[in-house]
Amino acid sequence: MQETTISPRIVEIRQNVLKKNDLLARDLRKRFQETGVYVVNLVSSPGAGKTTLLTELLSRLGKRHKAAALVGDLATENDAERLRQSGAKVRQIITGTVCHLEADMIERTLEGWDLNEIDFLFIENVGNLVCPASYDLGENQRVVLFSVTEGEDKPVKYPTIVNSADLAIITKIDLAEAVEFQRERFYEALNDVRSGIPVLEVSVRTGEGIDEWITRLEADREAFEKATGSL
Amino acid sequence: MHELSIAHSLVELAVEAAENSGIRRVQALYMKLGVLSGVVKEALEFSFDVVIEGTPLEGARLVIEDVPVKIFCPNCREARVLPEPFPMRCPLCGTKTGQVIEGREMELYALEGGEEDAGDDN
Ligand SMILES: [Zn+2]
Repeated sequence: MQETTISPRIVEIRQNVLKKNDLLARDLRKRFQETGVYVVNLVSSPGAGKTTLLTELLSRLGKRHKAAALVGDLATENDAERLRQSGAKVRQIITGTVCHLEADMIERTLEGWDLNEIDFLFIENVGNLVCPASYDLGENQRVVLFSVTEGEDKPVKYPTIVNSADLAIITKIDLAEAVEFQRERFYEALNDVRSGIPVLEVSVRTGEGIDEWITRLEADREAFEKATGSL
Repeated sequence: MHELSIAHSLVELAVEAAENSGIRRVQALYMKLGVLSGVVKEALEFSFDVVIEGTPLEGARLVIEDVPVKIFCPNCREARVLPEPFPMRCPLCGTKTGQVIEGREMELYALEGGEEDAGDDN
């Protein structure tokens, strides 16, 4: 046996660690574009009221468009059950111990769905403001939700997700007064990490802001259609 | 904690890159990690040590370079490095901006290792 010698050297690689996910997300985005699906990735902490809001949104949006949802959850089917009450197509992604959704989970879960039959696809990410930030799911826009009960400085505690978001939604706005929500402080914190981000204030209880969100989504989809000539 | 998933992706990428560049034994991985990457460095280091066990990378070091946030200031029309990730304001003129140029990286940028000389026994 000959003696083994190693001549050390450095090789430049320069590749994104999540390259595989990003390539898959790119393929997904292309597929969505070709079939005319506008995709929204929703992220929030647990308890921000994401499922309740999405159920209400889907019920209203479903009157004019074909909407569907994928919901990521650690273990249970409960959220999917609630979302199905809206009449939309819903599928659950059970992530087990994984605290975020990845592009391959989206791809697998879409199997068997005719994307041509969908106008809007909502992806309800796992309740977590840290981990989902790193994963592109092929979405057109990322929406970050905060509730008035979470405190005004929440955005600066999670700068990465806020900075990558296209829209911020403040939920449970009907409770703002009761919990002494300081609107200005919240907006200041939000703008400290994502200057100029559009904000919507909504309440499922009073219905405030929900039709406004729908109008916005329709406009976004239309603008996307014009830009890509795809839908 | 998603650092475990990221460590898995990192190892997978590094093994593939090592094969492609003819490195038989990886001694170190050099990585750039933006402060806005959403990754906790310590958690990634811990996960890395767990994940490399039993893989061709076993024993390799992970060297992480922190990348600060660099923004584009629309007022100065200049890229500027921020001392802290937020507030995202130009440190010179105070203009708020959301235009991040650097700081989100999660990049494997180099491998250190060796090619065993010809004639070895594999
Ligand atoms: Zn400036």
